Amino acid sequence: MSEEQIKNLEVQFEARIARDEKIEPKDWMPEKYRKTHIRQMSQHAHSEIVGMLPEGNWITRAPSLRRKVALLAKVQDEAGHGLYLYSACETLGISRDELYDQLHSGKAKYSSIFNYPTVTWADMGAVGWLVDGAAIINQVPLCNTSYGPYARAMVRVCKEESFHQRQGFEIMMKLANGTPEQKELAQDALNRWWWPSLMMLGPTDAESIHTEQSMKWKLKRKSNDDLRQQFIDQTVPQAELIGLTIPDPDLKWNEERQSYDFGEINWDEFWQVVKGHGPMNKERMKARVGAWEEGEWVRDAAMAHAEKKQARKQKQAI
Amino acid sequence: MKQNLYNYILGIADNSLILGQRLGELTGHGPSLETDIACTNISLDLFGQVRSYFQYAAKIAGDNRTEDDIAMLRKEREYVNVLLVEQPNRDFAYTMARQFLFDIYHLLFLQELEKSKDLTLSAIATKSIKEVSYHERFSGDWIKRLGDGTEVSKAKMQDAIDGLWTYTDELFHQTEADKAMVAEGIGVDVTKLKETYYKKVNEILEEATLEIPESKWFQKGGKEGIHTEHLGYLLAELQYMQRAYPNMEW
Repeated sequence: MSEEQIKNLEVQFEARIARDEKIEPKDWMPEKYRKTHIRQMSQHAHSEIVGMLPEGNWITRAPSLRRKVALLAKVQDEAGHGLYLYSACETLGISRDELYDQLHSGKAKYSSIFNYPTVTWADMGAVGWLVDGAAIINQVPLCNTSYGPYARAMVRVCKEESFHQRQGFEIMMKLANGTPEQKELAQDALNRWWWPSLMMLGPTDAESIHTEQSMKWKLKRKSNDDLRQQFIDQTVPQAELIGLTIPDPDLKWNEERQSYDFGEINWDEFWQVVKGHGPMNKERMKARVGAWEEGEWVRDAAMAHAEKKQARKQKQAI
Repeated sequence: MKQNLYNYILGIADNSLILGQRLGELTGHGPSLETDIACTNISLDLFGQVRSYFQYAAKIAGDNRTEDDIAMLRKEREYVNVLLVEQPNRDFAYTMARQFLFDIYHLLFLQELEKSKDLTLSAIATKSIKEVSYHERFSGDWIKRLGDGTEVSKAKMQDAIDGLWTYTDELFHQTEADKAMVAEGIGVDVTKLKETYYKKVNEILEEATLEIPESKWFQKGGKEGIHTEHLGYLLAELQYMQRAYPNMEW
């Protein structure tokens, strides 16, 4: 194809996006669009899969049968989200095995929040309420993103995430209204998860490298700082409602802006975790790589069995 | 309180409780995303059944005890699950072999329990049959895949079947509560399931090109609360929150 022809296609492509048309797997797309989508969608898929670990950590110790069932269902939903996001990614011409390779080698990133440990039961509440809460703020706009398979996956993901968030808040509410010991568990969890949740919405706009292009392709509809403000404004009244204190002495309602002012985020900590030096980075990767390597003989057997079965079928047909 | 009925329900539900707990340990660590989802799903089904059984048992007890008290506040010797279900997740072959050896029994058992004169138990059985039919298909398929897969998988699966075989006979032992409930038309006579069980198990093992173990030495004790050393650790995790923070609501 000549350069001019490509240019032409690009112009048409951008016009389709501007008209809010969905781009489908077989449509022509610029290489950069494809790569950017693989990067973002796989990062999202990896986050779901790695995110199963900190919550899976409490399945065997959930305090009641009702909570255990809800937690199992939640972690299972996350595996399901990982599955459709990987499948959506595969429509862009990359295999799940290649995507796993990128995760295991450290080339691909996942949400840094999962590199913090879940040390008490209250963390199941805090993760649902804050982490899923921040995730929804990030993800709801993606239900209208330009790439069709991603947009459709996100509709379902968001429905389930919002259920998870309510479930997390309900765990926190129960603790906050419980015995003094339970309330302390809840406050402690909020203290530990609040700042990492704010960081989860990404670096400040000035530092964010992908924003401009992503906005154009509707992979992103609001800046990180706007999303963060939205999260804070939404979450502070929820904490007040259940009598917990946000661990930020500078947090104050700003009448003029009709928003909360908040204290400085420790971006050094953020970059430390992103660069692989958070409290649980190594353990999370070890668990993922371990599961993959220990499962190799199982996957090999499944393939071998399928081939044998196929061969027998063909033989019968002859 | 109808002590025999209460004990009888515990005898059924503890199997699902302990096996569900074992499967719950694996969530997020499976050999593939699909098997991870399936094992979590089976665990969820089992815990759902446990809740129905224990809610019923709590009602029969008629004091203030709850489903969680029954599930999480008994002592080691008061759990009456069979030894099979408490065996650890040594590897995926063991996990699937344990599942398969239990599922075949579980489905046969539920099909009989559905005929119980006790309408609550019959209703729980009807609902569970749908779930357990899926479990049985899932684990049976994996026996065939791993048995008739690669040399490595075959060796591992044979090892798992050989290792767990010793726990199968206990499934067909009758307890005092069993006998009393069978006499009332409420319980299932498990001794009558034995022949069909081994027939079905052997058929699948043969299809999977695996050897049927010849050993006639079997372990027992779970139904009397005498367990393998593995159970204590499982209970320590299962009960942790209820023990560390007693008398609270979650």
